[in-house]
Amino acid sequence: MKMERVDKELAELRHTFRSGKTRSLAWRETQLKALLDLVHDHQETLFDALHHDLGKHPVESFRDEIGVVKKSATHSLAHLKNWMKPRTFSQFPPAFAGSKAVGRIVLAAAAQHLTPVTLELGGKCPAIVDLTSISSRYDTQIVAKRIVGGKWGPCSGQACIGVDYLLVEEKHAQFLIDLLKKYIRRFYGEHPKESNSICRIVNRRNFERVQRLLKDPAVSASIVAGGFIDEERQFIDPTILLNPPLDSELMTEEIFGPLLPVITLNDIGESIEFINSGPKPLTIYPFTKDEKLKKMIVSETSSGGVTFNDTMVQFLCDSMPFGGVGESGLGRYHGKYSFDTFSHEKAVMERGFYPELEPRYPPWNSFKLKFIQLAYNFDYFGLGLLLMGLKKH
Amino acid sequence: MATTIEEKEVTVFGEEEAKQLVNELRVAYDSGRTRSYSWRVAQLKNILRMCDDSEKEVVEALHKDLAKPELESTLYELGMIKNACKVALKELKNWIRPEKAKTSLTTFPSSAEIVSEPFGVILIISAWNYPFLLSIDPVIGAIAAGNAVLLKPSELAPASSSLLAKLFAQYLDTCSIKVVEGAVSETSALLEQKWDKIMYTGNGRVGRIVMAAAAKHLTPVIMELGGKCPVVVDSDINLQVAVRRLIAGKWGCNNGQACISPDYILTTKDYAPKLVDALKTELEKFYGKNQLESKDLSRIVNSNHFARLSKLLEDEKVSGKIVYGGERDKDKLRIAPTILLDVLRDSLIMNEEIFGPLLPILTLNNIDESFNVINSGTKPLAAYIFTNNKKLKEKFVMSVSAGGIVINDTTIHMAVHTVPFGGVGESGMGSYHGKFSFDAFSHKKAVVYRSFTGDAALRYPPYTGFKLRMMKALMGGSFLAILRALFGGSKS
Repeated sequence: MKMERVDKELAELRHTFRSGKTRSLAWRETQLKALLDLVHDHQETLFDALHHDLGKHPVESFRDEIGVVKKSATHSLAHLKNWMKPRTFSQFPPAFAGSKAVGRIVLAAAAQHLTPVTLELGGKCPAIVDLTSISSRYDTQIVAKRIVGGKWGPCSGQACIGVDYLLVEEKHAQFLIDLLKKYIRRFYGEHPKESNSICRIVNRRNFERVQRLLKDPAVSASIVAGGFIDEERQFIDPTILLNPPLDSELMTEEIFGPLLPVITLNDIGESIEFINSGPKPLTIYPFTKDEKLKKMIVSETSSGGVTFNDTMVQFLCDSMPFGGVGESGLGRYHGKYSFDTFSHEKAVMERGFYPELEPRYPPWNSFKLKFIQLAYNFDYFGLGLLLMGLKKH
Repeated sequence: MATTIEEKEVTVFGEEEAKQLVNELRVAYDSGRTRSYSWRVAQLKNILRMCDDSEKEVVEALHKDLAKPELESTLYELGMIKNACKVALKELKNWIRPEKAKTSLTTFPSSAEIVSEPFGVILIISAWNYPFLLSIDPVIGAIAAGNAVLLKPSELAPASSSLLAKLFAQYLDTCSIKVVEGAVSETSALLEQKWDKIMYTGNGRVGRIVMAAAAKHLTPVIMELGGKCPVVVDSDINLQVAVRRLIAGKWGCNNGQACISPDYILTTKDYAPKLVDALKTELEKFYGKNQLESKDLSRIVNSNHFARLSKLLEDEKVSGKIVYGGERDKDKLRIAPTILLDVLRDSLIMNEEIFGPLLPILTLNNIDESFNVINSGTKPLAAYIFTNNKKLKEKFVMSVSAGGIVINDTTIHMAVHTVPFGGVGESGMGSYHGKFSFDAFSHKKAVVYRSFTGDAALRYPPYTGFKLRMMKALMGGSFLAILRALFGGSKS
C-alpha cells in the first residue's frame, strides 16, 4: 500500500516538473515566501511541536532551526535572480541527512538509478582545547561557555555538528572540567532535568542506545560529572567522563547524546594523530591561539570543516559550504551551495557559421596536422607563417 | 615437489593484491608527498614530457587497438592531454589558494575561507575509445588536486593499456601513481577496496555496478557515461558548414565511437533530402570513394561491437532505410559511414546508444516536434542544434536537458576548459576539465576563524524572552530590530 502511494507521489512530482511550472523565478519566489509565511505564522505551533518531541526550548528552536530556515529562505530570495543567470538546470537529486548505516543504504539504492546524492552524515566531532595558549581568565571562560553551548546547547548533544568529545592536555584537564561544570550549573541549574533550556532524548530507542553506552563498567567508572538518568522522561543529565577506554562503544561510535568524554594527552600536538586515527568527522573545533597549531590542524587533518575558537557558528555562515567528507558525508549545501547542489550546471556553447576552418576536416595531411598543432598551442605567429607557406610541415 | 613440466608463473591480481596496492597508495598519501606544490608540478611536467617523447608509440598503440588515424591520435588524445597539463601548470597556484568567504553580522567577528584539500586516494577507471585521453586527463586532475592515484585502463584497448602502464612507471612517481591492467576480475577486486573518490568513464550498466560498490564505503563518484546525443538540423542555415561539422563530430571522432558523437539527426521532411545530399557530397570529399578502406577512419574496436552494430542494420524496422553506405568487412572490423533515412522511433537503432558509424535521420513535420522526441529519451551527454533562429536556440537551451549543449557545431565543448564537461541523469554525474578537474578531486573544507571578543550571552542558556527577541533581530540582520530588542519594546 505504502509503496503504491510513494510511486504515485513521485509520478505526480515528475509530471509537475515536466510541465515546467517549477522553473520560473516567480514560482520559486512564491514558494520561498510561502515557506517564510509558514514559519512565521505557525512559529508557536512549531515551538510546541519541538518541545513535545525533544523538550526543546523556543530559544534553542529559533536559534538552531526556525531562525536558520528564515535566514536561509531570506538569503535565497535576495540572491535567487543572480544565481539563476545565465545557467539553466534540470535535476533534483535526493538529499539525505542521517546516520552512516542508513547513508550507505540510500546511496546503494540511488546507484540503481544512477541518481546523484547529497549525504549529510555525522561523525565524532572533536574539540581540541589548547589551554597552554589560552591563559587569561576571560578567555578560558569563553572557551568553557562555548563548549558547553556547543555540546548541550544543540538538542542536548543530538546534532551532527555538536561537540562529541574533548582533547586536552593532562595538566589542564581538571581545570577545564571544573570550568565546564561551573557553566553547566549556570546554564541548566542544579537539576538540569527541571531546566526548560535543555532537550531530552528524542525517543526510547535512542535513549536506550545512549544509556547502553554508560553500561560498560569501565565507562561508568570514568564519570566525573552528571550521570543522572530519568528513565520515564527519557532525560539524561549533562555528563562528563574523564578518559573512558578508547575501545569502548562510547569512543568508537558517534555519541549523539549528552555525554562528553574528555581525553587527556601529554602534548596538545598529539590531537592531530588522535583525530586521524578515526574516520573523518564533520567538523573539528580547535580552541587555540597558537598560529602554528592552527595551520597544522587545517593542513594535517581532514574534516567537513574546521571552526576555530567556537562551536556551531559555521552553520550560520551562508557563504560557507556545509558538508562532510569521507564517512561524514558527500556533497554540501547552505546559501548558494544549496542552489548549486540541486542544479545541473549545463555547459552551453554557441558558434557562428563563420569563420570556418578547412584544416578541421579530412582528408588529413601534414599541413592540416601542423595547422591544428599550432592552433592548439595558440601559436598565432606560427600559424601566420604556415598560412603564408613559410613554415615546414 | 618436483615437476617435469615447467609451469608459467601467473600473477593473479585478487583482493589481497588490491588491498596491498591501496595500502601502498595510502602510505604514500599519508606521508604528505603528493600535497606539495613542487610534487604536483613535477608530475604534470613529466606527463608533458611523456607525451612529447612517446608520440610515435602512442600513435602506434592507438592504431593497433582502433586503427585510429594519426591525426586523431595526435590531436584529440595527445594534444588535449598536453593542453590540460599546460592549463593546470599555469593555474595551479591560483587553484590551490584558499578562497576567502564573506561572513555576516550573525557571526561577527569572524573570518572564513574555503580550503581545497585532496580527497586522498583516487581510483580512475578509464574507457577504450580514447584510452590515453580518458586515462590521463582525469589523472591530471587528481594530481593537480594533490591526490595519490590508481589508474585502471580499459582491457578492450590492450596495446594502449600496456603502453600506459609502461610509460607511467617510467615517467611518474610510482609510489603515488600506479596502473593496474586487467579486466572484470581485477576491476572487481579494486572496487571492493575503500577509495576516497572513484571516477568511472564508460556505460550506464557498469556505472551502476561501480556506484553500488562505492556506496558500501560511502565513496563519492564521478560518472562519465553516455547517451544518444541528438542533432536538430533546422532549415535556413549554412548547410555545407553544418554538414562538415556534423561529419567531423560523428565519423571524425573515432568513427562514431565517442560519447559525445552525434548519435541521430532530427530534421523536417522537407529539409531531409537537402541534408542527405549535402552529407553524401561532403562524406565523399572527406573519405573518398572507397570509404570502407579509408585510412582516415577508425575501425570498430572488436567483434562484439561489430556484431552489435550489424544487428542494428539488420533490424527489420530499418530495412530499406539505408540511403548511403552500409558496407561491412567482418574480418577487418570495418563499417563504412552509413546513413539511414526516415527511421522509426521504435527501431533498435533508436533504442540504444549507437557508438558507431551509423547515422539515423528522423524526419518530422515540424522542427518543434524535436523536443518531444529528445525529451522522451534519457538525458544525453550532449545535444546539438544547427539553426539561425534565435527563438529556437533559446527554446533548445531551456528545454533540452543534457550534459552540455553546442549550437551550430558538434563536440567542440570538450576542448574548452572553462566549461564543465559531464553528464546529467543517465549520462552521468559530476564534471571535469580545467579547474573543474581540480575541484572534482578536492574536498572543499570550510574553515571559520573566531576570536574571543564579542561573545554574546544571549546565545547561552538559561533562555529568556529577551534572548529570543534579540536572537530574532540579530538573525534577521536588521539594526533597527536589534535596537528595538535591546531597548525593550513589546513582546513579539
